[in-house]
Amino acid sequence: MSDPTPAPDSAPRGTRALRPGSVDPRAGDPEITPDVVADHGLSPEEYERIERIMGRTPTFTELGVFSAMWSEHCGYKNSKPLLKLLPTEAPWVIQGPGENAGVIDIGDGYALAFKIESHNHPSAVEPYQGAATGVGGILRDIFTMGARPIAVLDSLRFGDLDTGRVRYLFGGVVKGIGDYGNCVGIPNIGGEVHFDRGYEGNPIVNAMCLGLMRHDDLITGVAEGVGNPLMAVGARTGRDGIHGATFASEELSETDDVESRPMVQVGDPFTEKLLLEASLELIKSGHIVGIQDMGAAGLTSSATEMASRSGTGVEIDAALVPVRERGMTPYEILLSESQERMLVVAKVGHEAEVQKILEKWELEAEVIGRVTDDGMFRVTEDGTTVCEIPGMPLVDGCPTYQREGVESPEIAALRDMELPEADEPARDLAEAWVDLFDSPNLGSRRWIYNQYDTTVRTGTVVPPGSDAGVVRIRGTKRAVAATTDCNGRYVYLSPKQGAVIAVAEAARNLVCTGALPTAITNNLNFGSPLKPHIYHQMKEAVTGMAEACAFFETPVTGGNVSLFNETDGVAIYPTPVVGMVGVIGDIDHVTRMAFRDPGDVILQLGDNTNELGGSEYLYHFHDLVAGPPPAVDLFLERSLQQAVLAAIRGGVVKSAHDCAEGGIAIALAECAVGGECAVGFEVTLKDSIPAVPLLFGEAQGRILLSCAPEDADDLVELIREYSVPVRRIGTVTEAEAGLSISLRDRELRVEAGDIVESRGNALPRRMDAPVATTPDAAHD
Amino acid sequence: MRVAVVTFPGSNCDYDLYQAVKQVGGNPEFRWHRDRGLDGVDAVMLSGGFSYGDYLRAGAIARFSPIMEDVVPFAEAGGPVVGVCNGFQILCEAGLLPGALIRNESLRFQSEDCRMRVERTDTPFTRGYDAGQVIRVPLAHAEGNYRADAETLARLEGDDLVLFRYVDADGAASPESNPNGSTANIAGIISEEGNVMGMMPHPERAMESLLGSTDGVPLFESLISSLAGSAGADTVGAGR
Repeated sequence: MSDPTPAPDSAPRGTRALRPGSVDPRAGDPEITPDVVADHGLSPEEYERIERIMGRTPTFTELGVFSAMWSEHCGYKNSKPLLKLLPTEAPWVIQGPGENAGVIDIGDGYALAFKIESHNHPSAVEPYQGAATGVGGILRDIFTMGARPIAVLDSLRFGDLDTGRVRYLFGGVVKGIGDYGNCVGIPNIGGEVHFDRGYEGNPIVNAMCLGLMRHDDLITGVAEGVGNPLMAVGARTGRDGIHGATFASEELSETDDVESRPMVQVGDPFTEKLLLEASLELIKSGHIVGIQDMGAAGLTSSATEMASRSGTGVEIDAALVPVRERGMTPYEILLSESQERMLVVAKVGHEAEVQKILEKWELEAEVIGRVTDDGMFRVTEDGTTVCEIPGMPLVDGCPTYQREGVESPEIAALRDMELPEADEPARDLAEAWVDLFDSPNLGSRRWIYNQYDTTVRTGTVVPPGSDAGVVRIRGTKRAVAATTDCNGRYVYLSPKQGAVIAVAEAARNLVCTGALPTAITNNLNFGSPLKPHIYHQMKEAVTGMAEACAFFETPVTGGNVSLFNETDGVAIYPTPVVGMVGVIGDIDHVTRMAFRDPGDVILQLGDNTNELGGSEYLYHFHDLVAGPPPAVDLFLERSLQQAVLAAIRGGVVKSAHDCAEGGIAIALAECAVGGECAVGFEVTLKDSIPAVPLLFGEAQGRILLSCAPEDADDLVELIREYSVPVRRIGTVTEAEAGLSISLRDRELRVEAGDIVESRGNALPRRMDAPVATTPDAAHD
Repeated sequence: MRVAVVTFPGSNCDYDLYQAVKQVGGNPEFRWHRDRGLDGVDAVMLSGGFSYGDYLRAGAIARFSPIMEDVVPFAEAGGPVVGVCNGFQILCEAGLLPGALIRNESLRFQSEDCRMRVERTDTPFTRGYDAGQVIRVPLAHAEGNYRADAETLARLEGDDLVLFRYVDADGAASPESNPNGSTANIAGIISEEGNVMGMMPHPERAMESLLGSTDGVPLFESLISSLAGSAGADTVGAGR
């Protein structure tokens, strides 16, 4: 099939003769001084290491390359030892960490590629483009594996919505995510958003993507075959996003939203759509051996990482890289983070075929270099070598740091403080119930997901607004479910426990849709690891996540680390986001959260507790982030999840919903108003627990099920077989009967309409006020 | 019955249209926008998406794509042409349907289920519906706000060329049921000759109860059965 004759004009260009060994500074390059080194985010010790590796003073271009590759974003220098704690293996894992994305087997010959990635720093200074390019980047990570993206989710955190600036960031991020994903045509199926002053300076924007492929379509980012050509594919290289990886590994300051904006990349979803189709066609064509997104650190990281995986070297002629403007230096070309670009290693002699495929999609593909056998990362410019670095130490030689972590006494004091009187005799709890839904954290997310195309590709079975999103696999009985979870308040108050809860809750959410939790991608968002109390948070959180992942047999197949999320020294809550995927073997078992028919029996699985720490109730009514987060019992969680899955597979469960933020009162109300038509309920909770923690405490390990009355006895019996506490707490009623909860000493009754209104308006009433469109106008 | 589903650079609902046509027993064929000659197909469908990134104006560049030089004469000769979402925008830009689609009144992309009333059931696209039937179909667009000058609107209403109208659950075309600000709650229209139809909502996304609605099925069945019924005839138009 393949043509053995090299394309007439490409081979000579890609194999231009080089003069190895002579690397001189380019005319006009700045001299390498301690200041220049510091500006590149490298410590004096790291610079010494670079000189030892090079055996000489690096050129300005080489320094830039090291700076990018040894940034936290690419080099994981502060997190690598911790990441090693995470379990990464299981029989169903096809590709673990270290590639563009993780891949798992989901049965019937299909595999699922999935990954989450952060765009926190860019989104803090330019929310629209920051978020849009975050989506673009994660889509490319998926389709470079040979998988077609089938769904995206996003995990977002912002400060309180009462400042114009936060509303500007939130509005811009949502629009950026929507505009990019909508244009490429990938349905958004869920995610989460939290608002808390802990994210005032630094929003979190994590985007997750799922892609589907047949097992044999898998391709990886390798640069194999000495002499094979390197081709730059897709958009041209411009001057945007230079040093984005280094920027993303630093703290922000008050003025950064203006000064750092040029470091933010600009996305073009139209080009992305073409690149997606072209890449998948290219991968199927057999003309290429490897492909990788030119993402963080652009051409530099893609070329060196591909070579490193194959134990080869690469040489690139910077003058051959298609650029957007004249006069770009090799430094700029190597470090540009212009979007929608791919680095492809083609089979020698197949360059013309590659170009033909790209030409069909109205994109360019140019030979810019070749694979070598000397392990060097060599860059030339018109025949002169401007960069020559041994590949291995560049990719893997980044120094890693293990620091001493110490818990912050202030945070420990918050955790241990005495909480306000739990009974709150003065508060009308029915009113509080309705009012809690006005919290942006408990209000309906409709304002967000109505801006996202959720149904394109005709695969979305459960759209956003439920415990997890579900996408069917056409031509099979199967579906995949996905969720993102992390309560940063819990992690802040108790890092290890908070991380365990994040994993447990993600698994619980998947189980509620009928899915078996299968694997995880994680996004570790933290402040500066140089501070002992932040390092403590990282270490504890990763340890907790590792334990929980091992327990639930949900290995981590990849992810992203985002550190230095600080503004003027104030760090975000530690937020290790869990993106979990699960498999539903039979599409008929897909379960939703909403109650369905009046008369149905409501079952509570798991126990209520006298815990209020870290709750939305405390934040909303007392402006407090304090107390110990709820206890979590992994053995009970596992039994609970197994019981619910067995019940769902038994075919009698009509709805399933996890009790999470806001407690059981909120969860019950969500079941009542979360469907197409609201219903009511009569519930009795007899526990000897003060009313506030009983209603609004966030005890873990609880799931609400509903079923037809005639199935209730069997269902209870089935769940008891798993040694899971279960009891009938009430029945579903007509909406007109209202929502009612009877406690030992009082009864709460509210109208469904009041909940619908409070919940429905929580975001619109804040966001549809005169909208700030520029950061300057947005400062209150 | 052979149905060409056109893919422009940036189309992203072409696959969904293809599946919908296949589901009702039609024979869909993808056509790249540079392909010339429609090769004797029975109908043409322009899908949703963001052709050419919707740069300049939604549909404004796609109308100059090579394949449109074949689609226009095909339509003018009476061949059935359907445009959904971006396809509707392209048909308006190409002058095959009157009026224009501007930014949603909210100035935001909107994605939700909408209800539409089927205004006519004597067309090749809607004969499978009941008169006045209210159907539920997803919509997802930023520029679906239908506008036309007064004369055109009068003609659309006078000649019954409005095929679908946004309504509430009771079938009333209220301001609350209008998702994007369209004049007279117009969701879809048909050409005077009755063979060109454009609509903003996505019937191809309402084909299976698993995904929430089957209300799009009659539209595709109508088209395929009309084509079968008129095999050999010059036109399948509504004959007005």
